[in-house]
Amino acid sequence: MSTLLELSGVSVTFDGFRAINNLSFQIGEPELRAIIGPNGAGKTTFMDIVTGKTKPDEGRVLWGDKGISLIGLSESRISREGIGRKFQKPTVFEAQSVRDNLAMALRNPRGPLDVLFYRKSAQGAARIEAVAEQIGLTDALERTAGELSHGQKQWLEIGMLLAQEPRLLLVDEPAAGMTPAEREKTTDILVEAAKTRAVVVVEHDMEFVRRLNCKVTVLNEGSVLAEGSLDHVTKNPDVIDVYLGR
Amino acid sequence: MLRVLFTVLMLLCLPVAGLAQDLQSLLQVHKDEIAKPKRKSVGPVLDALVASGHPALSQFLQNWQEKEVYQRTGDEMFFYVQESGDALTLLDIETREIVTEGVAEDAMAQIKPNGGVRKAIGEALVQFQLSDPDPARRADALDAISRNLDASQLEPLKRSIEGETGPSLRLRKERLANYLVARFGKTTGDRVTAIENLSDDLSVDGRAVLSQILRTKLVATQEPTDSMNLARIVTPGEDEELSVHAAYEILVDEAGLPPIVTQEDVLAIIGANVDGGRAGGIALAAMDNWDMRYRAYDALAEQGVAPPRATDVPALVSEWTFAEVYDEKDSDVTDAAKATQETVETRVAMSQAADLGLDAISLASIYFLAAIGLAITFGVMGVINMAHGEFIMMGAYTGYVVQLFIPDYTLSLIVALPLAFAVTFGAGVAMERLVIRWLYHRPLETLLATFGISIALQQLAKNIFGTQARPLTSPGWLDGAWVINDVIQIAYIRIAIFVLAVLFLGLLLFILKKTRLGLEVRAVTQNPRMASSMGINPDKINMLTFGLGSGIAGIAGVAIGLYAKVTSEMGSDYIVQSFMTVVVGGVGNVWGTLAGAGMIGTLQKWIEWLNPSNTLAAQTYMILFIILFIQFRPKGIVALKGRAAGD
Amino acid sequence: MSDASLSKETISSKEIGPKSSKDFATTPKRRSFIAQNPSVLWFLLALAAFTLGVTLLSEAAGSAVISTSFVKTLGKTLCLCLVAIAMDVVWGYCGILSLGHFAFFGIGGYAVGMWLMYARTEAIVAENLAGQIIPPTQAEISDAIASQIFGVVGASEFPLIWGFSHSLILQLAMVILIPGLLALVFGWLAFRSRVTGVYLSILTQAMTLALALYLFQNDSGLRGNNGLSGLQNIPGFEQVPQAQISIAFFWASALALGLGYVLFAWVLRGKFGSVIRAIRDDEARVRFLGYHVESYKLFIFTLTAVIAAIAGALYYPQAGIINPGEVAPIASIYLAVWVAIGGRGRLYGAVIGAAFVSLLSSWFTGGGVPAIDLGFYTIQWTDWWLVLLGFSFVAVTLFLPGGISSLFDRLVRKET
Repeated sequence: MSTLLELSGVSVTFDGFRAINNLSFQIGEPELRAIIGPNGAGKTTFMDIVTGKTKPDEGRVLWGDKGISLIGLSESRISREGIGRKFQKPTVFEAQSVRDNLAMALRNPRGPLDVLFYRKSAQGAARIEAVAEQIGLTDALERTAGELSHGQKQWLEIGMLLAQEPRLLLVDEPAAGMTPAEREKTTDILVEAAKTRAVVVVEHDMEFVRRLNCKVTVLNEGSVLAEGSLDHVTKNPDVIDVYLGR
Repeated sequence: MLRVLFTVLMLLCLPVAGLAQDLQSLLQVHKDEIAKPKRKSVGPVLDALVASGHPALSQFLQNWQEKEVYQRTGDEMFFYVQESGDALTLLDIETREIVTEGVAEDAMAQIKPNGGVRKAIGEALVQFQLSDPDPARRADALDAISRNLDASQLEPLKRSIEGETGPSLRLRKERLANYLVARFGKTTGDRVTAIENLSDDLSVDGRAVLSQILRTKLVATQEPTDSMNLARIVTPGEDEELSVHAAYEILVDEAGLPPIVTQEDVLAIIGANVDGGRAGGIALAAMDNWDMRYRAYDALAEQGVAPPRATDVPALVSEWTFAEVYDEKDSDVTDAAKATQETVETRVAMSQAADLGLDAISLASIYFLAAIGLAITFGVMGVINMAHGEFIMMGAYTGYVVQLFIPDYTLSLIVALPLAFAVTFGAGVAMERLVIRWLYHRPLETLLATFGISIALQQLAKNIFGTQARPLTSPGWLDGAWVINDVIQIAYIRIAIFVLAVLFLGLLLFILKKTRLGLEVRAVTQNPRMASSMGINPDKINMLTFGLGSGIAGIAGVAIGLYAKVTSEMGSDYIVQSFMTVVVGGVGNVWGTLAGAGMIGTLQKWIEWLNPSNTLAAQTYMILFIILFIQFRPKGIVALKGRAAGD
Repeated sequence: MSDASLSKETISSKEIGPKSSKDFATTPKRRSFIAQNPSVLWFLLALAAFTLGVTLLSEAAGSAVISTSFVKTLGKTLCLCLVAIAMDVVWGYCGILSLGHFAFFGIGGYAVGMWLMYARTEAIVAENLAGQIIPPTQAEISDAIASQIFGVVGASEFPLIWGFSHSLILQLAMVILIPGLLALVFGWLAFRSRVTGVYLSILTQAMTLALALYLFQNDSGLRGNNGLSGLQNIPGFEQVPQAQISIAFFWASALALGLGYVLFAWVLRGKFGSVIRAIRDDEARVRFLGYHVESYKLFIFTLTAVIAAIAGALYYPQAGIINPGEVAPIASIYLAVWVAIGGRGRLYGAVIGAAFVSLLSSWFTGGGVPAIDLGFYTIQWTDWWLVLLGFSFVAVTLFLPGGISSLFDRLVRKET
């Protein structure tokens, strides 16, 4: 397992508020990792930094085997480097069909001219079918994404990430608002995905994290408080303090 | 009473010697010259008369000038006359009392000075006017002198200064005397001192004096230039204002060199010597270029029908020296004038900068007033109100209508301001309730819907008030300008608008920072969902905010209407600038709007100053600048940062 | 942008499993573009029928049911429809409410107008100078043309920007190059700094205003306030009656509209259209999918600007005159109004909107609609048309967000 993403000494400040404070973080490939932490711990900002939405004030963000720096690259470039992100709120293109949503996400050249002269291929269609099956939306392919249920939208978004074939998947609260059955299925999808790539899941729900059965990183006030198995970190007095003290 | 006082004054200040003589006998000394005055010889006579300082002299000179003096043919005595039927009544030249009645017309000869003489008399009269009891006439005399400075006016002007009672007139006289000394003073020392006195005089007249002293003439010479008071040597072709061609033209005029054959001459000569479709042996059809035309001309010149073309103009020109030479011979004077001129120009430039700054502030005040309402609605509700300009127009028309009913301009203004606020507040609330509230989260459609309202309102105003501009007259106490010096001045109306802008800035800051409404507005701006979960009714806040923003537009309309015209299109003149102000300043922040207005106002004035002939170009450049500015600060000068700002 | 990290064939063949029946149905068949987009066919048929009908009824065909001036109006309307679909693509599909596309339309008109004016003045000047005994030099001819054209603004020399005006080919290239470059530079600046939404609208409006103000100047080199005139006289075709010229331009406009429609329908089909609509709905998300959103927007912005300019280049020879007022921001806003009334996000919606509103507008303002006498007040439509338009526009925005063409959908839905 080699290091895929490495953050070291990263800090970022918004109008005097230190959202991320000297954060260091590493993940290998393949690996499944859960990040937990109280509100305002900097979980979303951490994702913003990795995906290029927010530029850190200091620190390094290194990526891949060659260790290229992600700081200063555009969001689209970082995405093409192989980092996929799922937002807290499901953001699928509701006016378009599930198939179109997935087709857009397929790993293909992204330049305007490439896309303009893109011709549908059998491989592409097969790949869409495969992903749809993985996320259980095979029957919904021709439906408009806006008609899907909340859980289905979450899966569609995960499916779009999978279609991108990223090396690193950042997933923000995937289980929020799901029924227990849906959660179970989500867990399966993520665990399955993590067999071939790195997956980082940010989650509040401890039950969900437990089911993921992976290494856990606890964030607090913008830096890592503890790291290890869930049982290990929940015994950590600092973690208990942070969670129960509030 | 005044007359008596004046006489006493005259007695005091005129030489005592003159009193001994009565006017008639004084005139008799110069009777021939007075009866038949000539331009060339009248000078000494006038000097002698003026030197006497006789109190009735001014009146005499005036009558003399106006051909109202008669000479009795018998004893050559001078009288004024009154016509009574066929006969004349003679009046005393000093007292205007009746001397003789019923004198036959042919016994008297009217004295008719010619134009030149009358002018000389007029100049002599100036000194009397300078001491005239009526201040208006004294001011007229000063105007006359400053229009056309002349050495002869120096002495009378100096004499009149001492008796001058009006402080401002005295100041003018001293200033004018200084100008005259600078131009015509007797010694170099006097003149240099006078010139140096001009260094803190920024008036156009003062600067004209300096530039007149420094007036130059372009001369061509082959002599050494050491003896001349040189301003500078001009090299033809290198200095922009004198091309080699133009230099040669000077030589043609002054040194009698052969003239350059112009292209028109060439064409005329060729045209006059056409022979069988050819001229100078060359076919006309081939002459569609200057090469062939000159060849034809040269051939004709060889035949002797045309003067030869001057060849090698540059060589001829290079044999001469071209120089700008001061009309003034004294180099000390010109040096002093040059130094003073530089000082004055620096001061003028500084004053202009200050004036520009004031202009920019007043323009910024207008933009602030026009834009702040827009900024509030945009910041709080994310709504761009394209009809904002029409609310400005509504406010201005409200002011106009109020003036129709209340003729007193001060009172009508006091009524119009709150009324305009009320009218546009109402219109804003109505628009928010009827249209905008249904379109939240569809900002582009709001923009278009409000645009629809904007064109409807504009056309409605046109239908109601017509297309011609309506006046909104400011009260008398707002007329005029605050003059700081000859360069810096600012109209009171602009100061008033500045004060209004400051008042509104203060009021808004108070409302936003210190009141419950302000707190709720800020809460809705920063996080509408959180605000509504804390029991703030965003509907009400939106409505009030929109009303407030529109109301301020109404006030701005009255303010703008006071100095610009009230037309149905006035809103659209300000709307783009207002948008720019909001965008440049940054959304949702009073200070941002202030900064935006300040920047745009300053920028516009500055560009106008760089390119004064063209306000259209100034606006074009300003917009281009703003587009570039957005590149560097996409969220404006005062930007919210972090996740709260959203994307 | 770099796509080096992606290879086109990333899917190994073993991933393509045995085809199920469902697979079979979704395997892309190489259906023709028209077959996939039946509305394009319907539109082209309707356009062809309309063109043919107008031609047969025109003076040029001898029947003169439709006057030459009305043929011109219809030809101009077709050009407006073309710029409207360009606007629809940039706004309705890509979500950029550009308040500058009519400026590109105007630039196209100016570009072609420069040649028209130059060539025609050249002919007049050549005629005038023919009587001279000494033939004129090139410089004299050019000076005479310049003082003819620029006499109204007190100039007598050709500005630099007229450098290509002698050549129809070069000037036609300018129709495309100038708006294309302007859109490219402006779009690059604006999109690069992530200006979006109403901000972007205001910025495009500012650009338009700057352009209009520039054109209003006498020393702009484009005759300031006077604009370019006499454009209806086509050099080389002085002997051809306007009736025939108007039909020629009508056809050209119809052809341009048809081609433009097909081009946009083709661009917006399939995946590219999908990405464009996705950018409209959630730009940030598209970015996280790895698409360089700015390039896509720039592509659409520039393409539509060029099409708008072509529409303008066809419009102004039919209108006969162009002046800076045509380029003013308000024109671009009206363009948005047409598209909104017709219905955004569908190309025929823009055509319906532009044709409907602009023809209705000339009907109302041309005095075609009888005044309404209310007893105490008479409503003259020349005065009240804008009021009506403004408020009906608000009504459409509020009650019919999909525009007129969404009514078709409602009808269709009722039937099924």
